[in-house]
This record gives sequence, structure tokens and C-alpha cells, in this order.
Amino acid sequence: MSIQLDFPAVLERWPSFLAGAVLTLELAFFATVLGALIGTLAAVGRGSRSAAIAGACKFYVEAIRNTPLLVQIFLVYFGLASLGLKLSAFTVAVAALTINVGAYTAEIMRAGFEAIPRGQIEAAEGLALSRLQIYWHIILLPAIEKVYPALTSQFVLLMLASSVCSQISAEELTAVANYIQSDTYRAFETYIIVAVLYIILSLVMRAGFWGLGLVLFPRRRRLGTPL
Amino acid sequence: MQQNPSSEPIVSLRDVQKSFGPLRVLDGVSFAVQRGEVLALIGRSGSGKSTALRCIDRFEKVDGGEIVVCGHRVDRPDVDLRALRQDVGIVFQSYNLFPHLTIEQNITLAPCAVKGMATAQARDLARKVLAQVGLEEKLHAYPEQLSGGQQQRAAIARSLAMQPKVMLFDEITSALDPELTSEVLKVIEQLAADGMTMVMVTHEMGFAKGIADRIVFMHRGKVHETGPASILTSPTTPELTQFVGTGNLKS
Ligand SMILES: Nc1ncnc2c1ncn2[C@@H]1O[C@H](COP(=O)(O)OP(=O)(O)OP(=O)(O)O)[C@@H](O)[C@H]1O
Ligand SMILES: [Mg+2]
Repeated sequence: MSIQLDFPAVLERWPSFLAGAVLTLELAFFATVLGALIGTLAAVGRGSRSAAIAGACKFYVEAIRNTPLLVQIFLVYFGLASLGLKLSAFTVAVAALTINVGAYTAEIMRAGFEAIPRGQIEAAEGLALSRLQIYWHIILLPAIEKVYPALTSQFVLLMLASSVCSQISAEELTAVANYIQSDTYRAFETYIIVAVLYIILSLVMRAGFWGLGLVLFPRRRRLGTPL
Repeated sequence: MQQNPSSEPIVSLRDVQKSFGPLRVLDGVSFAVQRGEVLALIGRSGSGKSTALRCIDRFEKVDGGEIVVCGHRVDRPDVDLRALRQDVGIVFQSYNLFPHLTIEQNITLAPCAVKGMATAQARDLARKVLAQVGLEEKLHAYPEQLSGGQQQRAAIARSLAMQPKVMLFDEITSALDPELTSEVLKVIEQLAADGMTMVMVTHEMGFAKGIADRIVFMHRGKVHETGPASILTSPTTPELTQFVGTGNLKS
């Protein structure tokens, strides 16, 4: 059996590939920013003294981590539709991915919070800082620094998982690929190109996180050592 | 805020009780610290020294008795913790500097965040308190770039920047070599000379003897013997005699 590959026939659709890749990156960007926010809040909430808040945050995290992403996407898609909300596929995709990655972020951040020595918090309390100030000034950045590699992987994973958003016809990279391969009958070539593009997107994201780390952790920039 | 006439003690404990589960750690502890006084808490490991000190800053809630610190009723559930902790500085054995912040940021954080001090003013203050502990040149260093003794002095400076009315020290030299210990103790001596009110848990008997106005010897959760520093050389109870006799009284 010999394989006949015809890349030019597929590659001439590069503007579509590019548009799909850009949309994937946009999905990943918004879901990462919003998911980081929600996940951090949920992690703080799980440590709340109010049992209701802690319980709600725990329920959110466990519900999401124990259901498939595709089902969550459909739930958001059809849920919002049945509420009479007409939102674009992109908005629905961002919402679903945010809810999904927020739960995983919450678990990672919780581990980060727990890695902060008790003495740090007592020292801050002894200086009369409020609970909120302690989270903001003392806990947050060192916690993020401790789990930064895990966070980076989680958000890259989210970008790759966003391919299932093709199911609700968000025009991201995989949706574009599905369309091109059915058009050109060159499925293998199409998905090889798509795979390479995903690898490039992953590298772009990792580079972005590396750069962000330089801004977030000035001590590390100067001393080069993790906390 | 309540006024504190100079005749009233800065810190007073009366019949304080504290248990951890079935373990009675403080069993009716009473002592008072006057303005400008240095009080040394000594005693065997497990006798309740740290617990007593932590009760003063309400890191532990007491089960009974009364604690008044700078006019704050610390034993009451409605005590204003943040007001209390602005009046009380506490320094721990393990320094607990914030590793992601420079020494300057460590020092300016609380004055800015808690007291709303302007950044420029807080930076001047940081220079001043660092000079007090002999560390001006470390302003922009990170904690991990400092030796243990320097970190402990920076932690003292951080506490001083809040201008507390009383300072609490819990074995702040126990993690240090003798050489580094002496540089930290010099700072404490200077603070005492400047009239700072201090309560210190210490194993440095020679130092306690030299600096403390009063000694409180704790034994099994009780104040077993108390008096001026001279009780270390002429103790009256067999327990203190044994305690100072077991090599604890080195200079
Ligand atoms: N949070 C806690 N939970 C349970 N037990 C505790 C707690 N803190 C202290 N204890 C116990 O209370 C007793 C007194 O402890 P404390 O730390 O006050 O002693 P100490 O006099 O400071 O001793 P050391 O010289 O070893 O520091 C010890 O038996 C200790 O194990
Ligand atoms: Mg102790």
C-alpha cells in the first residue's frame, strides 16, 4: 500500500487555516483570562468560612471535573438557547470553555494556596493586614508561582480541547479542517497540517506564559530561583 | 481608641486559661508588663511560653481569664483584631519575611495597606527602621539573599515600621548561629535602651539576665517564679534552680 500525499491542494486553503488558528487562539485567550479569574475565586471560596460558599465552590469544581467537556458545551449551548438567549457560537464556546477550565484552575490554585506556609499568613496577620489584603499581597503571587507550570499546561490543554467546539460550529481550527477535508477529499493531509498548527499554537501559548511569568515574578527574574 | 494612662500596664494577663483538647497548656497565668519594661519569659520546652505570648496578640483564643493589651480586651470575642495588631508587633523564630517582596516592600506593605501611608513616606520609614537594625544596604535585596541574622533583623524592622507600642519576640535567635545571634541581640538591646516595651521568650539566659527588667519563669502552664533578673542567680524554687542549673545559664 502506498500513500499519495498531495499537500498543495490543501495548502492553497491557507487563509481558512489561518482564520481557524486565529479563532482557536482567541477562544483560548478569553477562556484562559476568564477561567483564571473564576478558578481563583472558586479556590478562595473553597476556603471560605461560610459553609454555603465553600460547598457551592466544591460542587462547581466536582461537577465540571466529572463530566465530559463536549457535554458541558452542549449544556451551555442548548441551555442558553432554551432561555431564549441568541448568542454567537463563539460566545457560547468561550462561556463553556471558561466554566470548564475554571474548575481545573480552582483545583490547581487550591494546591498553590495550601503550599503557602502558615507562618507567612501569621506574619501578615501580625502586621494587621486584613484577610483580603493577605490574599492579595501575600498569598496570591507566591501561590501562582508555585503552580505556574501546572497552570500553563492546563491552559494549553484547554486550547487543544477547544477543538470540540467544532461541534457547535464555532469556526475554530478543527471546524475549518473538517470543512476543508470534506471539500478536498484530502483528509490525511488536512489533519497533518492541523496537527502542526496546533503544535505551533501550543508553542505560542507556552512562550506567552513564559513572558507573563517574567512580568509576574520579578524576584525570579533577578535571582532565577523558584520560590 | 481607649486611652492608656501611664500607670496602667501595657500588657496584663489575669488568671489566663488555655487548653488544647485535653492538654491544659496555660493554667491560671498572670503577669503584667509596664510601659518601657522588658519582660523575659523562660521555662522548659512545652511549659507554655509561646502559647502565652501568642495569646497576647490573639493568635490563640483563651478559654478563661482576662487579657488587656494597650486598652484592648483581648479575651473578648469582639476585640478589634486589626486595631490590636497595630499596637502590637510580633516577631517569630522563623522570620517569615515575604519571599516574593524586596526588604523595602516587606517593610512598606503594612504601613501603606493598613495605615494608608503614602509610598514616598513609607520608603523613608523603611530606610529609617533598616538603619535602626543596621541593614540600610539591603533595602532592595530579596529575603533569600540575606543571612539568617539579617533576615531576622529585617523582620524586626518590618515590625518596627508599624510603630507598635509593645513588641513580642518568640525565640527569635533559636535558629541562628552564636555569631548571628549576637547581632540580633544587639538590636534588641538598642530597642530596650530606646524604651521599647517588650515581651520575649528566650533561651538565652545570659541575655535575659542582662536586659530583662523582669523574669517570668513558667512551669507546667503556671507562672512558677517571677521577679527581677537577679532571680536567675538566686532562684527560690527548686524548679528554677534546676532550670538555671542545667547549663541554661551560659553568658
Ligand atoms: N496548636 C496546638 N495544638 C495542640 N497542642 C499545642 C498547640 N500549640 C502548642 N501545643 C502544646 O502546648 C504545649 C505548650 O506549647 P508551647 O509552644 O507554648 O511551649 P513552649 O514553652 O513555647 O515550648 P518551646 O520552648 O519548646 O517552644 C506543648 O505541649 C505543645 O505541644
Ligand atoms: Mg515556644
